[in-house]
Amino acid sequence: MADRWSAGVIPYAEMGYWQPDYEPKDTDLLCAFRVTPQDGVPPEEAGAAVAGESSTATWTVVWTDRLTTFEHYQAKCYRVEPVPGVEGQWIAYIAYDLDLFEEGSIANLTSSIIGNVFGFKPLKALRLEDMRIPAHYVKTFQGPAHGIVTEREYLNKFGRPLLGATTKPKLGLSSRNYGRVVYEALRGGLDFTKDDENINSQPFMRWRDRFIACMEAVNKAQAETGEVKGHYLNVTAADMEDIYERAEFAKDLGSVIVMVDLTVGYTAIQSLAKWARRNGVILHLHRAGHATYTRQKNHGVSFRVISKWMRLAGVDHIHAGTVVGKLEGDPASVHGFYDVLRKGRYDADPSKGLFFEQDWVSMPATMPVASGGIHAGQMHQLLHHLGEDTVLQFGGGTIGHPMGIASGAEANRVAVESMIKARNEGKDYLAEGPEILREAAKRNKPLDMALSTWGDITFDYASTDTVDATPTPA
Amino acid sequence: MRITQGTFSFLPDLTDDEITAQIAYALEHGWPCSVEFTDDPHPRNTYWEMWGLPLFDLADPAAVMDEVRACRDEHPEHYVRVNAYDASLGRQTVALSFLVQRPSEEPGFRLDRQEGVDRRINYSIHSYATERPAGSRYGAPAGPSARSNGNGRH
Repeated sequence: MADRWSAGVIPYAEMGYWQPDYEPKDTDLLCAFRVTPQDGVPPEEAGAAVAGESSTATWTVVWTDRLTTFEHYQAKCYRVEPVPGVEGQWIAYIAYDLDLFEEGSIANLTSSIIGNVFGFKPLKALRLEDMRIPAHYVKTFQGPAHGIVTEREYLNKFGRPLLGATTKPKLGLSSRNYGRVVYEALRGGLDFTKDDENINSQPFMRWRDRFIACMEAVNKAQAETGEVKGHYLNVTAADMEDIYERAEFAKDLGSVIVMVDLTVGYTAIQSLAKWARRNGVILHLHRAGHATYTRQKNHGVSFRVISKWMRLAGVDHIHAGTVVGKLEGDPASVHGFYDVLRKGRYDADPSKGLFFEQDWVSMPATMPVASGGIHAGQMHQLLHHLGEDTVLQFGGGTIGHPMGIASGAEANRVAVESMIKARNEGKDYLAEGPEILREAAKRNKPLDMALSTWGDITFDYASTDTVDATPTPA
Repeated sequence: MRITQGTFSFLPDLTDDEITAQIAYALEHGWPCSVEFTDDPHPRNTYWEMWGLPLFDLADPAAVMDEVRACRDEHPEHYVRVNAYDASLGRQTVALSFLVQRPSEEPGFRLDRQEGVDRRINYSIHSYATERPAGSRYGAPAGPSARSNGNGRH
């Protein structure tokens, strides 16, 4: 270790950031990075460099390290494995001591782990694949303002996926016209309607007018059906003061739920999550912008990590993929995201892209939302892939119904109830799904029309973000 | 109107065989069932009257179905629902809840609006059923009260 303090530049691996014998502690935060080193950079050095640059290191030796118990603060790369079947990529496992992070702060956690290192020149590309968050750190976060169980009790809706729709067209409707769409969809049978991510407060419709129109629609639909209904009022705004003003107004009008976009940033989301718990309002998160850094497999941050951060940050809903719809979503990866959001604890499962076990120590679950190019004819597949604790959002699949919006909503509700009933009766609903739907459609004209309009629509493209593990043949 | 609370309200009313199949599904998952009834289906009326205690120890779907029938017989003009309860850690809540009887006429709800400042409106949902005293709603005769098991409060 004498060389450790020679002035100049020495490899990260020799500075203590590569420790193949290190046994991670229960309190350590663990990360799995997909590393693509520049030609000639050994994988151990690349892993050590990531550990160094995401913790204590700078590019040269500094004598001021000797004023600290530096070994304690150094992240340690303890394993490097080649990615099966891919030339030039490795998974580097790195352990971080809990002292590196401020309690309950996603901003601090992310500034540490992904702050600088993603632009580091010796690497061609870098992706944060997964993160094991120790229970000790989990407990410093509020977590979901309410969670799945409380939300279901609040809404008095059990035993089936919830149904929603995003108001379309996304842009241009006046508040009066907008509320019409909300009213028709909710009275027809949906549980929720939703503002789109880019509906904030534009010249064609200011936020306050929209909130008033939507709550008239929600209340009328509640009185007509005897059910609790909601519209995700998007409170995304330019600054926190405006966000709070809009959220307070939504609460005053009696809305059960508000929404915010991922683009407002982690700190604003944590603030709003605390507000949501204080005020008994469910918080929906739209993952606007995520695909800019989650989609490409060799660089960025996996959505399973974003899912973890958002459960810690405290959102009750998050868009997490549909498998069968129009947006990116490899089935195995999406199953992994849903486990991250919903399970109390789980083991590592490479077949779903889960590199680590995770114990949420009783933190409530976040409801995954499936949205984007899905329709009633896929109900058996949606239930199979996504399960019961999810919100299925059919925007075009409700509003584009030939008989009208309420009929579109009814078709979706009849489809989901028919599928749940068949499943509970022990039918092989995945195989018999189309037949179950056709049978239900004999008694229900809106479903019949929905099936003949969209029955054959699929979005069958290869996924970009897939898991590495290939199942071993039995 | 037809209220659409419960898991299966958009389907035709379930037959007794279909109800029994749902009960069997719940019991296979270890979810005990309970039977509840009300004459006020306001969406925020959480606590319907309990038809006795939850049937924690009944493992036979037919036996649960007998309780459903007994509740219906005693309250032929009430809403009756079956709840299945999941007591596992992390859930500890209702897993399935569906209607098994409706009154012959469902009067529904009135939406009351109280105009406030700045175009704000305070909404209130009024259950028409509550305009009549408890026990005489939906034109039901005041049934025999105080069953030996403590049921039949209305």
